[in-house]
Amino acid sequence: MNPPTGPSPASHAPVNARLTSTERLDLYRQMVRIRRFEERSLRAYQQGKIGGFLHLYIGQEAVAVGCCSVMEKTDHVITAYRDHGHALAVGMSPNELMAEMYGKASGCSKGKGGSMHFFDPSRNFWGGHGIVGGQVPLGAGIAFALKYRGIAGACLTFMGDGAVNQGAVHETFNLAALWDLPVVFIIENNGYSMGTSQRRSSAGPGLAQRAEAYGMEWDLCNGHELYEVREKTDRMLQLARQKSRPTVLEIITYRYRGHSVADPDSTYRTKDEIENYRRTKDPLTLIHDTLVAEGVLTAELAKEIDTAARAEADRAAEFAEASPFPAVEDILKDIYWEEDNPAHKKSRGRIVFD
Amino acid sequence: MPLITYREAINQALAEELERDPNVVLMGEEVGQFQGAYKVSEGLLARFGPKRVIDTPISEAGFVGLGVGAAMLGIRPVIELMFWSFYSVAFDQILNNAANVRYMSGGQVNVPIVIRGPANGGTNVGATHSHTPENVLANHPGVKVVCPATAYDAKGLLKSAIRDNDPVMFLENTILYNDKSEVPAGEYLIPLGLADVKRAGTDLTIVAHGRPVINALKAAQLLEAEHDVSVEVVDLRSIRPLDEDTVLGSVRKTHRVLVVEENKPFCGVGAQLAYLIQDRAFDDLDAPVKRLTALDAPAIYSMALEKEQLPNLQRIMEAVLKML
Repeated sequence: MNPPTGPSPASHAPVNARLTSTERLDLYRQMVRIRRFEERSLRAYQQGKIGGFLHLYIGQEAVAVGCCSVMEKTDHVITAYRDHGHALAVGMSPNELMAEMYGKASGCSKGKGGSMHFFDPSRNFWGGHGIVGGQVPLGAGIAFALKYRGIAGACLTFMGDGAVNQGAVHETFNLAALWDLPVVFIIENNGYSMGTSQRRSSAGPGLAQRAEAYGMEWDLCNGHELYEVREKTDRMLQLARQKSRPTVLEIITYRYRGHSVADPDSTYRTKDEIENYRRTKDPLTLIHDTLVAEGVLTAELAKEIDTAARAEADRAAEFAEASPFPAVEDILKDIYWEEDNPAHKKSRGRIVFD
Repeated sequence: MPLITYREAINQALAEELERDPNVVLMGEEVGQFQGAYKVSEGLLARFGPKRVIDTPISEAGFVGLGVGAAMLGIRPVIELMFWSFYSVAFDQILNNAANVRYMSGGQVNVPIVIRGPANGGTNVGATHSHTPENVLANHPGVKVVCPATAYDAKGLLKSAIRDNDPVMFLENTILYNDKSEVPAGEYLIPLGLADVKRAGTDLTIVAHGRPVINALKAAQLLEAEHDVSVEVVDLRSIRPLDEDTVLGSVRKTHRVLVVEENKPFCGVGAQLAYLIQDRAFDDLDAPVKRLTALDAPAIYSMALEKEQLPNLQRIMEAVLKML
C-alpha cells in the first residue's frame, strides 16, 4: 500500500476536525517524546545498561499515539513486546519505563518484566506480552469482561503482522466474532515479522482481510498519517462500544530499526528502503508539516518540543541509573497474591520451594 | 450426611459459587447444552443461563486465554478442559500468561482463574488423552495445583479454588466421578495446601494424591487383614501449595515411606517428596524412600496392559511388602 502524499483527507473527519490547537500540539509532542525516548533507550542498550531484547518503536509512533488518543476512560489496551510507544501513549512515565528496562526496583514492574512486559492497569494498559500472538486471547477476554459487566468500553488489542499466522489469533478472531465482543484487533503491519517479509510469511491477499472469514468488518489504514489512524481507529472503537462488534484494522507502518536492536538489519531489506521511508513517510515529519501548514506549529515551537523531549528522555535515563536494583528477597515476591497479602491468606503449606 | 458422587460434589461446588458470586462464570466445551462431556455441569445452564454457563468452540488456547484476560479485569472464570490432556494446546495461555502475569507486572495484575477437568489414565483412551500434568503445572511458580481424591475433598477444595485470587489448576479423575462419599449438606471450604491423613497406621506411610489415594486405602485394608501390616495413608490433596508438615509428621511416626502417583517417574511429584523427606527427616528413616509410579512409557491403549502400567492395587501391595 502506497500512502498518498499531501494533506490527509482524514483531517476533515470530525474526530480530527474538532481537535484544538493545543490538542494537536499534544499529539505531536507525544510522538516526539516516543521517538526521543526510544533513541535514548538505544543508547542505554548500546552502553550495556539494558539487557535482553529491545524492540524499538521508531517509525511507528503515529500508530500508538493515534490509536490511544481516541480511547475513552472505559477503553483498554493490550499489546505485544514492542510496547514502549503504547505505554507512553497511555500516559506512563518515561522514568518508570526506563527504570524497568534498567531492571531497577523503581520500574513499572519493579524490574521483573523488562522491556517487553510493561503494565499499568491504572491506565487500562494490560501489557506488554512476549509471545507473538499470545496476548490476543487476553484482549478478547478483557472485552468479554467489559461486556459481561455491562461497561460500555472496548479493548484495543494490538499485534504485529507476524502474529496473524499464530493459531491463538485465529481462535480469538472466531470467539470474538461468535460472541460479539467489543474488541478492536489492530495489526501493526511494519512489513516484517522479524526478518521475514509479509510476502514470505503470509498467504492470501491481505492480513486484515482474513477477518472476512469470521464475518468481521476490517479496514486498512495508512499508519504514517496520524489523522487517518485516529479516524479509522475511532470508527472501529465506536462499532465496539455501541454495537459490541469486533473488527480488524490493519495499520501499515514501518520500523527503522531491526526487529530487536540485537538483530542484523541487512539480511532482509536494503538501506535504500529504510532511507526512502525516512525521507518520504516519516510519521513525525508528516504531522510536523501538517501542523505547520495548519498554522499550529512553528519551527521554534517544534525545536522547543524536541529539546524538552530529549531532556525528558535523558532525565529518565538518569532516574533509572540512580535507582537501586531490587533486593534478592524481591525475587520471591509478586508470585502469588496470597503470599503478598498474608492478612488474607487462606491456604496452608509451602508454596515457594527451596 | 448425604452420600453423593465426586461428580455431584463438583457440580454442587460450581452451583454454590455461581450462586454466591455474580462474577463467576463456567466456560468450556459442552458444559452447557450438552450438560458436560462427563455430566459434571448438569443442570447449570438451566439454572444460571447462557451468560454464566458458556459453551465454547473447540479452541482451548482461545478460551483459556480469554479466561485469563477476563480474570485480569475482575471476572472469576472456571474453565473446563474436557480432558486435562488438552492443556498442551493452551500451554502458552496457562503457563506463560496465567502463571506469569502477576510476576511480570510487579504484582499489579491478578489472574483469579480456575482451570479444571479430568487428568487420568485407566480409561483405554491412549496416550493423547491420558496425561497427568500436575508435575508439569506445579513446576511453574505462579499457579496452584489441586488433585482431590474424594467427593468431600473435591467440593471443599473447588470452592476454595474459585475464591482464590491466584490461578488454580484443578485436576479431577473420570474414574472417580461415580465414587461416593459423605458430604455435608451445608457449606464448607477446605483450604488449599492442607493434606489429609486418610488412614492412620504405624508401619509405613503411603503418600499419594488423586486416584492412587483410593487404591492405597484399599491396599492398606488388605495389608492389615492379610499381612498384619499397619499402613498410614496421607492424601496430599494439593500439590502446590504442599503440606510438608503432615508428610514429615507421618514419616516421623512410621519411618518408612512409599510415594504413589499415577504420573511417570521422571521429575514427578514423588521426586519432590523424596527430596523433602531425605532433607528434613533423614534421621527418622529406617529405609530409603520408595516411589511407585506409572510404568515409564506413554499411556498404552490395551485394556489389560494399561491396568498394569498404572499403580494398581496389586502393585501397591507388592511395593509395600518389599519395603518391610
